Amino acid sequence: MRIPALLRLPPRRLLALAIPWFVACSPKGDEKPVIGLITKTASNPFFVKMKEGAEQAAAAQGATLIAAAGRSDGDNAGQVTAIENLMAAGAKAILISASDSKAIVPAINKARDAGILVIALDSPTDPVDATDALFATDNYKAGQLIGQYAKARLGATPAKIATLDLIPGHPTGAQRHNGFLSGFGLPSYEKTRNELAQPPEVVCMTDAMGDQAKGQTAMENCLQAHPDINVVYAVNEPSAAGAFNALKNAGKEKGVLIVSVDGSCRGVQNVVYGALTATAQQYPLRMAELGVEAAMTFIKTATKASGYVDTGVQLIAKDSVAGVASLGAEKALGLCWGDK
Amino acid sequence: MIVRRLAFAGPLVALLLACTFFALQSPRFLTGANLSLVLQQVMVVGVLAIGQTLVILTGGIDLACGMIMALGSITMSLLAVKHGWHPAVAIAGGMGVTTLAGMVNGLLVTRIKLPPFIVTLGTMNIAFAVTQLVSRAQTFTDLPPLLTCLGHSVRVANTPIAYGALAMLLLYGFAFVLLRETAAGRHVYAVGNNLESARLAGINTNRLLLSVYMLSGLCAGVAALLSIARTGVGDPQSGQTENLDTVTAVVLGGTSLFGGRGLVVGSLVGALIVGVFRNGLTLMGVSSVYQILVTGVLVILAVATDQWSRKS
Repeated sequence: MRIPALLRLPPRRLLALAIPWFVACSPKGDEKPVIGLITKTASNPFFVKMKEGAEQAAAAQGATLIAAAGRSDGDNAGQVTAIENLMAAGAKAILISASDSKAIVPAINKARDAGILVIALDSPTDPVDATDALFATDNYKAGQLIGQYAKARLGATPAKIATLDLIPGHPTGAQRHNGFLSGFGLPSYEKTRNELAQPPEVVCMTDAMGDQAKGQTAMENCLQAHPDINVVYAVNEPSAAGAFNALKNAGKEKGVLIVSVDGSCRGVQNVVYGALTATAQQYPLRMAELGVEAAMTFIKTATKASGYVDTGVQLIAKDSVAGVASLGAEKALGLCWGDK
Repeated sequence: MIVRRLAFAGPLVALLLACTFFALQSPRFLTGANLSLVLQQVMVVGVLAIGQTLVILTGGIDLACGMIMALGSITMSLLAVKHGWHPAVAIAGGMGVTTLAGMVNGLLVTRIKLPPFIVTLGTMNIAFAVTQLVSRAQTFTDLPPLLTCLGHSVRVANTPIAYGALAMLLLYGFAFVLLRETAAGRHVYAVGNNLESARLAGINTNRLLLSVYMLSGLCAGVAALLSIARTGVGDPQSGQTENLDTVTAVVLGGTSLFGGRGLVVGSLVGALIVGVFRNGLTLMGVSSVYQILVTGVLVILAVATDQWSRKS
């Protein structure tokens, strides 16, 4: 998931309301099975890519894909409405990236009771088994990859780490943060813990909400307190770009390692430019393809997908180091999401 | 009267107390470079807060200012990067769009008599959606130097001061003179105190309110340029928390949310209080959640002081 800056906006259900219309207006007669895709937002490039992949896969397999989205990350009501409308539209399977992992569960239960296959993409529900299956990035592993890389690059130099985190209590933010520390070889928390570990090497730990401007402010303040920071972990690429700005303004962009997670086209380009040392790339297209495939299997054979499927994460770095496998930035550009 | 003065002196005292506290806690706090950094960090919210102060003084509120700013910064970068317009024209275009958005707010408030809260809640959503559609939710990079020049700094006594921060201080100077020395400025207070009696006294209240909302839009345009200058990119995700951040700054600065009372420079002090706590607590190594906690407590204290001074 590319974490957008957090909106505090009222729920928007218009998109979801449009679904029955769409279905009513499509030509009758062709009995194409309907697959629903519900994303957190319709505008975030990560979900745009996911929708693209799902549409292509559905078209190739002879199914109709209906996409719906909440207005903003956190818009649970909009997603509940979307589930209800997809049920009314006769969807056989629903792929969903839940905005609110707990609050969405009752609506998902209703759909599953009606015999619909529900697969979580990108974000797990709480509890995880509220959906039939989960196809997602392993965020802890993503963190570990960039942690290992940063440690290998830093070598024996004592680490002074700044972490630009998401918001308190967000599972994605906690998994990436704790994974990074674990990969770095520092004492950290296990995957399931929702708090952030802070070993003494982390000299500045601050929330930047995944936003570029807030990331810059946070990094500036960290540098005031600790001018000798040599490793920066940022929860996503926009906040990493903010951190690079702060370092550049302070004349410290050389020699500080900046690592992050996402693999968006802009992030990978920053790896090429040297504004980002390394990133862990995730694959929304693959989540969507696997999701549609599982849906078609269910529609054709009534076999339900189950459990967790890791959709893969790959370390992207300009300079490879011994002992840590990484993909060059040029190759990663072919796999990135968002505008190039 | 003394209590009323206190309402205005209060924010300044709070700021000085906070500065003293952090200076004692960290030797790095009271340095020119650090204080200049804080000034730079509040310049976007600071400029937006000028427009917000004007609107709140008339008894209204502008919830759309942050999103209108995002729309402005996307307009500027789109025109300059994608359409290859001269950067100066692109800047003018962006400010034109934000001023127009402010005008829409003003017309809805004055002509259709809708409450400002509802109007700007609506235009906030519209501005967000248009920003996402126009930019296709993509960030613009590689902007021409003219768009980012306000982010550069000039060295005064060996301390780098950002041009953008100077621009903000200049705008506060303008706003201060406008409100204090001109008839229109006094009318802003009159309208906020009692719209009906202001109208009966011969003030063209509709025109005044319209120009206040347009000025708020213009401030959003300037803030858009500052935000581009600071981050070096046109970011469609920017501006999402700025509306309430400006209200926080205005309220901390002692301006009454009921309109008619307050000082525009108070809002600068209010924005600085938030910035100083964010910076100071990081220097002390305190988690950023406490900064939010402190801001919450201060907002309640500020409004309580306002209520108290109103009663006496």
